[in-house]
Amino acid sequence: MNEMSDTENYSLTRRLLDALRIDPVLLVLLGILAAFGMALLYSASGSDIDLMLRQITRLALGLFFFIAVANVPLRLLKSFSVWLYLLGVLLLLAVMFFGEVGKGAQRWLDLGIIRFQPSEMLKLAVPMMVASYLADRVLPIGLKDLFVSVILVLIPVILIARQPDLGTAILVGSAGAFVLFLAGIRWRIMLSLMFLFSLMAPLLWKFALHDYQRSRILTMLDPESDPLGSGYHIIQSKIAIGSGGVYGKGWLNGTQSQLDFIPERSTDFIFSVFGEEFGFFGSVILILLYLSIIFRGLYIAARSNDNFGRLVAGAISLTFFVYLFVNIGMVSGMLPVVGVPLPLISYGGTSMVTLLTGFGLIMSIRSAKRFMG
Amino acid sequence: MSKRVHLKDEYLETRLIRRRIILSALFILILLSLLLGRLYVLQIVDHEHFSTLSDNNRVRIKALPPARGLIYDRNGIVMANNLPAYRLEIIKEQVEDLDQTLIDLKQYVEYSDLDLSRYRQAVNRRRSFESIPLRLNLNDDEVARLAVNLYKFEGVEINARLTRNYPQRDHAVHALGYVGRIDIKDLGRVNENNYAGTSHIGKLGLEKFYESELHGTVGVQQVEVNARGRTLRVLSETPPIPGNNLHLTIDSKLQKVAEQAFGDLTGSVVAINPLNGEVLALVSMPTFDPNLFVNGISYKNYDALRNSIKRPLFNRALSGQYPPGSTTKPFFGLAGLEARTVSRKTKIFCPGFYRLPNEDHKYRDWKKQGHGHMDLKGAITQSCDVYFYDLSYRLGIDKMSAFLDKFGFGKRTGIDSTGEARGLLPSREWKRRTQNQPWFPGETLNTGIGQGTFLVTPLQLANSTGALALNGLRYQPHLVGALEYGYSGNKLETLVKQVAEAGVSKQSNWLQTHKALVNVVHGLRGTGNRINRGLTYKIAGKTGTAQVYGIAQDEEYDEDTVIDRLRDHALFMSYAPAKNPRIAVAVIVENGGHGSSVAAPIARKVLDAYLVDSDVPEVSGDNSGNVSQP
Repeated sequence: MNEMSDTENYSLTRRLLDALRIDPVLLVLLGILAAFGMALLYSASGSDIDLMLRQITRLALGLFFFIAVANVPLRLLKSFSVWLYLLGVLLLLAVMFFGEVGKGAQRWLDLGIIRFQPSEMLKLAVPMMVASYLADRVLPIGLKDLFVSVILVLIPVILIARQPDLGTAILVGSAGAFVLFLAGIRWRIMLSLMFLFSLMAPLLWKFALHDYQRSRILTMLDPESDPLGSGYHIIQSKIAIGSGGVYGKGWLNGTQSQLDFIPERSTDFIFSVFGEEFGFFGSVILILLYLSIIFRGLYIAARSNDNFGRLVAGAISLTFFVYLFVNIGMVSGMLPVVGVPLPLISYGGTSMVTLLTGFGLIMSIRSAKRFMG
Repeated sequence: MSKRVHLKDEYLETRLIRRRIILSALFILILLSLLLGRLYVLQIVDHEHFSTLSDNNRVRIKALPPARGLIYDRNGIVMANNLPAYRLEIIKEQVEDLDQTLIDLKQYVEYSDLDLSRYRQAVNRRRSFESIPLRLNLNDDEVARLAVNLYKFEGVEINARLTRNYPQRDHAVHALGYVGRIDIKDLGRVNENNYAGTSHIGKLGLEKFYESELHGTVGVQQVEVNARGRTLRVLSETPPIPGNNLHLTIDSKLQKVAEQAFGDLTGSVVAINPLNGEVLALVSMPTFDPNLFVNGISYKNYDALRNSIKRPLFNRALSGQYPPGSTTKPFFGLAGLEARTVSRKTKIFCPGFYRLPNEDHKYRDWKKQGHGHMDLKGAITQSCDVYFYDLSYRLGIDKMSAFLDKFGFGKRTGIDSTGEARGLLPSREWKRRTQNQPWFPGETLNTGIGQGTFLVTPLQLANSTGALALNGLRYQPHLVGALEYGYSGNKLETLVKQVAEAGVSKQSNWLQTHKALVNVVHGLRGTGNRINRGLTYKIAGKTGTAQVYGIAQDEEYDEDTVIDRLRDHALFMSYAPAKNPRIAVAVIVENGGHGSSVAAPIARKVLDAYLVDSDVPEVSGDNSGNVSQP
């Protein structure tokens, strides 16, 4: 961040941010988190400078999208939603037929220069699509609109779950569900939908999935059955986190993480490095930092005076929370291992870009309020 | 409030959404406290427990590799098993200076650059506490030398591990295939965790095709080790499940007879039970010793095998593609009868050559002076080319390829092994698709005598012969008759799969064909009659000779002056007993000259061994008589 010592400088910075349509509070919070993430990644990767540079490149790319999307008028984003959604579903179908197989699942699309994971794009396209559909309708959401929205959410979710990429399917599904929740779905209907879904799950399980997909999902849900794969991570991850104690072993001093987790410690299991090196104290601070970001997002959603903006900003903030909860939950052995990264910290491709683009959306929503109100 | 409103009410909607946002914030707080509670338990309450595990001891997961399934022939003779062999293994984590250790080890044991690069690949992919082999198959001297000096090397071990062994050595190698060291490419097609302790994987043939059956399921040991990596105690153990055993349809004795019948010749024999598609013998000569490949073949040996002019590594039975020559005549004869292009009584005069209307080009018969007047039976018995030139010309390529398609020509049979070639059944459509050229009438004539672009694999020829023997019924050939579950010993028969039935309208058409084929072997003028001496059963067969290079219009093919590699291929297809077929045999001898003199006697030996069962040599573990030729 820039120095904000004297008033003139302050106002200059302020004016610059206003011109870029960026919320200073959120920007500062995200900046701290990203700095945290870089330091942690440096430790988790065993001081791998190349890996750091790649991550910084992604951060820069994310930042570009962040600022770019922040400056697109909300109206335009809203009308763009349908096309984004259709493109996303089309690309998912393309992946199904022409996709690259990586790590045993088919989720990549090779576009020649870059490999691209279309499911990532649906994390934003689904809430935008559902929100734009509901924005002009009467709220609380009626039965017919509810039906349409549920279909809109389920199509991509099923396509993604079949890849199989359970983690992304959960994130996309919850993003859609949050829009419905914010749009005032009645409690009675919500409960019966949940009930209905739990009835339907066995059928989907039986008919919509292949054998190998089922077995892979079972392994994700019960890591103990795969002690050479994810079960191993859980055992070691718990030891790493637990051995961190109150204050942790200190940055770069985590013996467990420096030795054992070769495959995933810079990606999905990076929190175990954090837990070991910074302890419970550090974990509380990290979680508070995340909480501030989520609450800031929800605040912007609440202050927006446009239904589309409210729904999208709310859903994105809540999805951000799901990332956090599922990731720390699975790393600490509380939830099944489904492959969700620690947002803005885990090393890895598209999630960084998507997350920052999502915050760009929230920025656009915030400025729309100012100009319209 | 709960009454449904049909007009948009900004105020109510704003309140609704805000209320929901506040609700979700509360939810978040509750769930995050749960998360913090969990972390509190791990990091504060149980801290001591985890701290102990982390500081003094570590929990390790050890993979216990399963024993690979055994392979038996149809009579229970072991074709592939596992023997303990010594390996030099290194646990990276326990080694102070890996590079120095690798250099120092060179004083006591040889290892190649290939060993080293494989070791480095494996080290990068596996965890640092896993024991990774540097050299396999240490001999006694090496073990002794290393064992004395092992105290100098922290983290270096000699371990006895089960390793694939082929007790029959070069016998039946092309039916079995072999295993080799796993490389990165292999790992892409299996579940890497299941191969955590496995060093070998099926590379070729059955071993590759049935990899998932043979491999088994990895076992797991959760152990507590001290800081130096020594196991303190076993916390839990799941034993490995051995791979499933394969019971082949191959008859090892018959296979051996066929291999020996070849002597120094190069080629292939495939014997099939036409009644169910069981492959009884699958021979490709020359062979090689697959044990060479298990522990990494040396460059010298590999070069010798690869550069040998006789190409022992090439699986001729499945991948070799040859012009079928005159062995196609019974099929085209049947096609002619079926289309009523010819009848049993149709006679054609053979002056030794054939001319298309308005063309000068002479299509020669193999018999320069001609066969005279020929009916179908005579034309098959004496293998008259002119009769089939005329038949093909009148039948036309479309009917010809459509009819032969029903017998499986030009398609993979779908046998349970790797590397099967497709062969090639020429057709108008094929030529347009691949060469973008129209079909020429001359090509029809060449196709009619099994030359030109027509190609078959020995397996295809045997399978189609079986279908001819059974009046059109064709089964998918298979090498594995039963799977035996490694952990329970329960056998599971593989299913017999009927592929297709090539029907004809008149039963008598089949009879004509069978009669003609019996006449080839038993008739006075039959081209295969030199193998009928002392036969106690009837053989139906057809000889074939396939041109390796074309002769110009006015040139003559002189067997004596042509160098070996350009000599014709000899073929023989047969089934027996003719009335009640139990076996179909196809023989191809590369550069063997005539089918009658070289290929047919080999078929006779195989048929005798199967049907009469006389003088069959016992198959022994060592390499008796039949030598591979690298």
